[in-house]
Amino acid sequence: MSVLVIAEHDNHALRPATRQAITAAIALGGEIVVLVAGSECGGVASAVAGVAGVSRVLLADAAHYAHGIAEELAPLVVAHAAGVSHIVAPASTFGKNLLPRVAALLDVAALSDVIAIESPDTFVRPIYAGNALARVQSHDPIKVLTVRGTAFDAAGDAVTAAPVVSLDPLPPTGLAAFVSEELTVSARPELTAARVVVAGGRGLGSGGNFALLERVADQLGAAVGASRAAVDAGFVPNDYQVGQTGKVVAPELYIAVGISGAIQHLAGMKDSKTIVAINNDAEAPIFGVADYGLKQDLFTALPELAHALEQLGAKP
Amino acid sequence: MSSPLDRQVGTPATSVEDLPIWPAAWTIAAFSTHGRPDRATPGAPPRRRHKQKPVHMKILVPVKRVIDYNVRVRVNSTGTGVQTDGVKMSMNPFCEIAVEAAVRLQEAGVASEVVAVTIGQAAAVDTLRTALAMGADRAILVETAAELTSLDIAKTLRAVIASEQPQLVIMGKQAVDGDNNQTGQMLAALLGWAQGTFASRIEPAADSVHVTREIDGGLQTLALKLPAVVTTDLRLNEPRYIKLPNVMKAKKKPLETLPLETLGVTVRSHQSVLAMMEPPARGRGVMVESVGELVERLRNEAKVI
Repeated sequence: MSVLVIAEHDNHALRPATRQAITAAIALGGEIVVLVAGSECGGVASAVAGVAGVSRVLLADAAHYAHGIAEELAPLVVAHAAGVSHIVAPASTFGKNLLPRVAALLDVAALSDVIAIESPDTFVRPIYAGNALARVQSHDPIKVLTVRGTAFDAAGDAVTAAPVVSLDPLPPTGLAAFVSEELTVSARPELTAARVVVAGGRGLGSGGNFALLERVADQLGAAVGASRAAVDAGFVPNDYQVGQTGKVVAPELYIAVGISGAIQHLAGMKDSKTIVAINNDAEAPIFGVADYGLKQDLFTALPELAHALEQLGAKP
Repeated sequence: MSSPLDRQVGTPATSVEDLPIWPAAWTIAAFSTHGRPDRATPGAPPRRRHKQKPVHMKILVPVKRVIDYNVRVRVNSTGTGVQTDGVKMSMNPFCEIAVEAAVRLQEAGVASEVVAVTIGQAAAVDTLRTALAMGADRAILVETAAELTSLDIAKTLRAVIASEQPQLVIMGKQAVDGDNNQTGQMLAALLGWAQGTFASRIEPAADSVHVTREIDGGLQTLALKLPAVVTTDLRLNEPRYIKLPNVMKAKKKPLETLPLETLGVTVRSHQSVLAMMEPPARGRGVMVESVGELVERLRNEAKVI
């Protein structure tokens, strides 16, 4: 029995979600093989080889693997799936794009967003925006799953590095060609990996007012997120979105500002350790999941909060 | 992994040669998000690379009937499923976006025909009528009472595609019931087609379609060879409100019912749901009176700052 983990990376660095997927793989049992497919990504392979629990790293280095294109990666994964009991990837846009394609090529079902591994064939995953949890048993010979980073700790470092084996790339399929990428450049931590997340909703009123949130985020070293309503209103790009159809986060501290707390938003953040809600509507559902609620106008509360945190930061 | 299902039933319809050739320069600068200006530099001329010209592309739009987006779903008392009695059902929101995208391509003269398809019980006809009222030309119900996994649905759609021969499939990235986000990718895999998942922009050209994808770090644009499967994300468009005359018109549009068995698709059990559970509830929080109290509690009680 062996588990094939698909590494997520940008050809330079391993994304933290990969370490969490490796922890999930450890829970499945068996030998752990990690596939690193990319372009000039030898450094990533070495980094994965140093993660605890990894038995072997497969490195496929070719130009057509540079952008994580599923049409190219799926046949590669399938070509190395012989004898594998599980295929695991992070439940990110990368993993969710790729693994269902892999599963269909293998004629097996897939399981998305797994949050608990109960046995090698039984998993728990949220459905209906997290309003229900399903315990699902797979009958397929190969179980293909994407796992939620928030549900698994990051695997640590190994004492000795695992061997890296180079694979021959498959010829390009030519089905999809990379055109361009527009990545959000931010000095802030990544939303799904941040210890603190400060998120804004429609109550912010405009994209410009997100500056008020950012001032608070600066003090806390936090990532900035948003509700779907704020994204829909055009205040911030979609990659800020926390919720059923956006990112799922579970930081130590989540501060929801001007967010009413629609079911779809709660689905993306209710597993956060401590939740703070600031809203001037006492009836807002967000208060139902908050550990600390503050009913106050956010345009007063945010500058006050930023100021209070600055004062704290100024203390020796 | 070919299975006996790979060679599907149905008469291969119109051959590819019957389709008009699309010169490479023809494309439409497809709809930006919600009619808002695109991310282009403010003041820059609107992004429109090529002259708009009518082309004739058939689009298939798979849609799903789900518990309405706004219903607070609860697990039933036996823990075998969710409460559905008297619960409002609607078209999955991402499917609405897909229908809207297809209809807009038709209105722009790019699509020749928009065909909506759903798989499920007879009641799913409502969802097809919604698609027709939004502007789809005709609809197909593949009727079955079976609970199908994403893979079974993808196989069923492949069978429909074998006879319909669309050049583009536009469908929702996920249904808000199972939250799987799998069917489009699986369908593309079974057909050996390209996939443009989580689309926020679709620009068809001659023999390819440019799809801008909402990825975790931002946006990625791919050029997909046609035919292709595109799955929709939230910002692709804002679906239209249906006007009453269109509801009436939709009743007269063709709607075909095909029993699943007639498509020659064999479905098998890939997984069983052993139980459904309510998620753990959070403990009751406290309301604080001021920012000062909040900061004090976060520091000394929760110890998170």
